[in-house]
Amino acid sequence: MTDPNTLSPPSLETHVAQRDETFLDANELVINMGPQHPATHGVLRVILRLDGEKVLGLECVIGYLHRGVEKIAESRTYTMFNPYVDRMDYVAAVSNGLGYCETVEKLLSVEAPPRAQCIRVILTELNRIASHQLWLGTHALDIGAITPLFYTFRDREEILKIYEKYCGARLTTHAFRIGGLQYEAYEGFEKEVKNFVNFVKPKIDEYEELLTTNRIWLERTKGVGVISAKDAIALGVTGPVLRASGVKWDLRKAQPYANYKNFDFDIPTGENGDTYDRYIVRMAEFRQSLRIIEQAVDNIPEGPIMAKVPKVMKPPVGEIYHSIEAPKGELGYYIVSDGSTQPYRIRVRPPSLVNLQALDMMCRNQLVADVIAVIGTLDIVLGEVDR
Amino acid sequence: MPDETKSPAPPPPGDPKPGTDQPATPGGVKATPSGSVQSETKSTPEAPATAAPKPAAPAAATPAAEAKPATPPAAAKPAHPAPAKPAGPTPIPWDSPLVAKYKSKYGSGLNAFSFLGQNYLEVDRSLIPNILRLFRDDEQFDYCVDVTAVHYPKRERPFDVVWILYSFERNERLRVRTQIADGESIPSVVPIWATANWLEREVFDMFGIQFEGHPDMKRILLPDGWKGHPLRKDYGIIQQDNEWVQINLGIESGQ
Repeated sequence: MTDPNTLSPPSLETHVAQRDETFLDANELVINMGPQHPATHGVLRVILRLDGEKVLGLECVIGYLHRGVEKIAESRTYTMFNPYVDRMDYVAAVSNGLGYCETVEKLLSVEAPPRAQCIRVILTELNRIASHQLWLGTHALDIGAITPLFYTFRDREEILKIYEKYCGARLTTHAFRIGGLQYEAYEGFEKEVKNFVNFVKPKIDEYEELLTTNRIWLERTKGVGVISAKDAIALGVTGPVLRASGVKWDLRKAQPYANYKNFDFDIPTGENGDTYDRYIVRMAEFRQSLRIIEQAVDNIPEGPIMAKVPKVMKPPVGEIYHSIEAPKGELGYYIVSDGSTQPYRIRVRPPSLVNLQALDMMCRNQLVADVIAVIGTLDIVLGEVDR
Repeated sequence: MPDETKSPAPPPPGDPKPGTDQPATPGGVKATPSGSVQSETKSTPEAPATAAPKPAAPAAATPAAEAKPATPPAAAKPAHPAPAKPAGPTPIPWDSPLVAKYKSKYGSGLNAFSFLGQNYLEVDRSLIPNILRLFRDDEQFDYCVDVTAVHYPKRERPFDVVWILYSFERNERLRVRTQIADGESIPSVVPIWATANWLEREVFDMFGIQFEGHPDMKRILLPDGWKGHPLRKDYGIIQQDNEWVQINLGIESGQ
């Protein structure tokens, strides 16, 4: 038997030993998972304490992708920092940009023109679909269903094509500017978005056909990683994970931003707070996003796409917090301005980081194989966890 | 207190700003049951109108004699914005049933402001665990959105610690802020909101602020042996722990 002390860096054992005197109980095994593990969706390291196949507890080690985004912000102007936010949750770059631009707009007391807001909503909801598609493909792949990955990536491609045509970039789009939009919607934008909606609607049914009543899928997800509404709130969990626990809360309805109040859509919720319910909630969110896009694309108002924003932005001294419903949960920006052209401090409230914190609780007394399912169902992006 | 209530009332809501951040919405999660809460949130957006021209805030401060004087944080705050930007909006006193309730309890240890329609409280460090616990238990602020800090190296007490709270019941946000000295610790709110665990660890990692009673106070994003706290203003943008890099990565410098 190898001495576990030689296997892991010193910080680990001291930590585990301090937390629990039963460390290295005859039945207990400490296993390291990641950071280079395909099912951790990036570079997440999880230290598992196991009794046989049962998880007694786990600890996440994060920071492998830390780039100091908040520090970088302090030496950039408000405009210069805008592209950086795309690199946090890189599969939902448009949402990140929306949150950042709206926060600075609030600080400057300007509002994007209606046309810009409408195009923003379309692009952001497309991004929610793209993000959920990526989640579904990888989550199903982790659990053992390989096919959905090909389906979802094939269809996500259509969204990326729209982005590419709109702003030239597919992933880190930098689509929005403080005060509105840089680019007017291209020729045929509405038509392509409508085509996409019609194209993807049956595809979502197709995904559901593969999984929703699939017996293996049910066995792997039902009752796995349960989190109650009370615990979810205490742990600050937001987004689909919170809604799957039965809390009907969505920032687009609770504190509407952009022009979401003009659209008619529902907030899907679950009951059991397990992995299956989170899957069902996200599947329903696909359809709600499509509903919003359909309404928006038919009614894009005419007019300017950029509000009057000074070239050199000097927001008033003060601080502001604004958050949006990103695909993964509440994405907030807390900006402190000292009246100069550079932000004094930008704090990003990342949904992935806070949601990941629930992993320990959700995995306790589950099987080790279910840890993979729970990491997948939390829909984390390590770029956002570590920033 | 009554003077404070009057002062935001008279000016007409003609200023264009107030509409920008209106958190109260009828389409919220749950219908907010208490009418008082709604009226409170509504009173906020009107408030910035008073502040649009700078003089309004001092004018309001003079009649409210007992509220203003003996509060160092309050004195420090307006001193900040005043010289820099006379044109822009400035924080104005915020009045609401919640503020009145806690003001009567804690007196000058607590000051309430509103900036661009967002409300925040500046509280004395000594109130910290208790007042936050009361906010959760009595005022339904059951969701701690974020815990963060800001460094002002030139100030006597250079750190602001900020808690951003949200209440599902009232659909309302509240920021609580306190100032602490360098090297001073602050009680952890993990017993109140479990979510603060990692958030406080990140504040420790980035600013070096210790949270008393935190179950596992150690670095979260940077490696355990790292020296320095990057989000302090005296930590340079390209600065790093060269020793750590040399030992662990086997290179001279990451730059």
